[in-house]
Amino acid sequence: MPSKTIKVDYLARVEGEGALYVRIKDRTVTDVKLKIFEPPRFFEALLRGRQFTEAPDITARICGICPVAYQMSTVHAMEQACGITVDGPLRALRRLLYCGEWIESHTLHVYMLHAPDFLGYDSAIHMAKDHPEIVQRGLQLKKAGNEILTLLGGREVHPINVRVGGFYRVPSKRELAPLAERLKWAREAALATVQWVAGFSFPDFTRDYEFVALRHPDEYPFNEGRLVSNKGLDIAVSAYDEHFVEEQVPYSNALHSRRKGGGAYFAGPLARYNLNYDKLSPLAQEAARQAGLGPVCQNPFHSIIVRSVEILYACDEALRLIEAYEMPDAPAVAVTPRSATGYGCTEAPRGLLYHRYRLDAQGQILDAKIVPPTSQNQKTIEEDLYAFIPHYLDLPQPALTWRCEQAIRNYDPCISCATHFLRLTLERE
Amino acid sequence: MPRQRKPKLAVWKFASCDGCQLSLLDCEDELLTIAGQVDIAYFLEASRAVVKGPYDLSLVEGSITTPHDAERIQQVRRASRFLVTIGACATAGGIQALRNFQDVQEFLALVYAKPAYIRTLAHSTPIAQHVRVDFELHGCPINKRQLLEVISAFLHGRKPHIPPHSVCMECKRRGTVCVMVAHGTPCLGPVTHAGCGAICPAYQRGCYGCFGPKETPNTASLSAWWRHLGIPPSRIVRAFRGFNAYAEAFRQESEVHAKQND
Repeated sequence: MPSKTIKVDYLARVEGEGALYVRIKDRTVTDVKLKIFEPPRFFEALLRGRQFTEAPDITARICGICPVAYQMSTVHAMEQACGITVDGPLRALRRLLYCGEWIESHTLHVYMLHAPDFLGYDSAIHMAKDHPEIVQRGLQLKKAGNEILTLLGGREVHPINVRVGGFYRVPSKRELAPLAERLKWAREAALATVQWVAGFSFPDFTRDYEFVALRHPDEYPFNEGRLVSNKGLDIAVSAYDEHFVEEQVPYSNALHSRRKGGGAYFAGPLARYNLNYDKLSPLAQEAARQAGLGPVCQNPFHSIIVRSVEILYACDEALRLIEAYEMPDAPAVAVTPRSATGYGCTEAPRGLLYHRYRLDAQGQILDAKIVPPTSQNQKTIEEDLYAFIPHYLDLPQPALTWRCEQAIRNYDPCISCATHFLRLTLERE
Repeated sequence: MPRQRKPKLAVWKFASCDGCQLSLLDCEDELLTIAGQVDIAYFLEASRAVVKGPYDLSLVEGSITTPHDAERIQQVRRASRFLVTIGACATAGGIQALRNFQDVQEFLALVYAKPAYIRTLAHSTPIAQHVRVDFELHGCPINKRQLLEVISAFLHGRKPHIPPHSVCMECKRRGTVCVMVAHGTPCLGPVTHAGCGAICPAYQRGCYGCFGPKETPNTASLSAWWRHLGIPPSRIVRAFRGFNAYAEAFRQESEVHAKQND
């Protein structure tokens, strides 16, 4: 192969600023670096000295796409530190709010960020010229998710209604009724989405992954559960630091996570699905089967199908929660701070989101640690590219670049979270 | 009449959470209409297709926190006919401007094992501190209705209709009972720029100032009222040091109380 250097500026349609650097020598990939330039914002440092009650509003600002995930991991960690649990209708409302975020965030990714890769468009706006009904369906489905956020949270981005102990205000059963009407439409649209994406063509690609996700005895995981993997991990969230480590690499502003004594692992929709298929609603399971998926899916390119199945599940679950809802007497349970460390891990749309806080007796934050899903998947993304690129070396440069971007987007990386902008450099020697 | 070319819209990101540019994609009912009216020439979160500048309207999200970004904003300004900042990061430095009150090296060491790898400035600063800004849209996040108003105003060559009064006016219009008067809940509404629709009081909590200072805010008077409610100075400092901590009026007020003991 002749010596060659190819530069493609800017990988787009990801949340944040980063770059990819790939070096190829003698038909072998010798270097892959997912570089994240997103300027650091030092959340862990600026949380020090703040009150525990302020944290959900502050951590929400780490990500405009998944603020609810940050709020949920925060409140669970704080509540654990303070020795309280939130259950009943308040717990159900948190789950409903999370359904809204999954629908909104997943639909954004499926329709606007990832589908254009499969269909050969630069963006969903370009795609809309040929497929206006499909793009409209995506936008309206996304809107259905945002309507949950707006009603329960006050607004789509950075909801204001979440607090340690519950909410500031809870809706009446009657207020939720119009949402249910909208969600019935959304459930149909989500089913159509699964069928649509199942018809795409997928590269035949798989590796031996360690999938890590929450698992809960009674439900598909959002807020609670144990951390499990397909390779024997089964731990309480509070044991996270004993099993996972974050490392700094010189080329990225985001830290890389790996298993202690092991390597990269895979978080997100595919991991959740593989470890919790039995907890999906019958409708979601049936849709997955119809789409050709078994209970285990090892091809990261199928993540767009799994993400769509999760949209369907979230619509189904939201409807169930609304149906069963009874308005609680109080919008929150009282929380008294104490000197303790609290751990929280919830399933953000992109995967595990781990928080740990140490509080003093007055509820002041002494120390904070936050591990976003994209930090956890960075290493796996790089390893995918090492394995994936050699199969496509004969493709013309623009097509190979397109494939690389598509492979990265399998993970819906949120670089704003991880510390945005992917600039792709391919060097061939 | 000859058909005019569509105006070119660009969306730029600096240090931020993406939430404000997401507000454009959250205009689910209007997005395709906007795309029909303007040429979305540079918007990396939505499209890999990039049209070269100059751009008729640039929306800028995020604050300046690195030497590289301090250079890049100059290029953005040169390539833009109108430059509008969107959100608290771009207009006031954002939550990350909390570093401006502390030692950034200490922050670095708390988050990164090898701080030397990270290039960052000591301060997080608003865009207007670096280049001329034609309009500033407040909010953490911005309100998408206001964003649509700003885009259509600039495309039609008129001034955007974005009232600079306080959140209190929006509460009154919404018919929300004053949480501070009725329940003694501390609220930043009287000094905070309108635009959110007074959501927090409608959800029975006090405003936390995410739209930044209103025009001519009387922060000293509000702080005195908070003191009447029994709020200690340390909490007043934290209230003003939120998402718009480095906005002049909020910064000054926080510094007054930072000198006092609880």
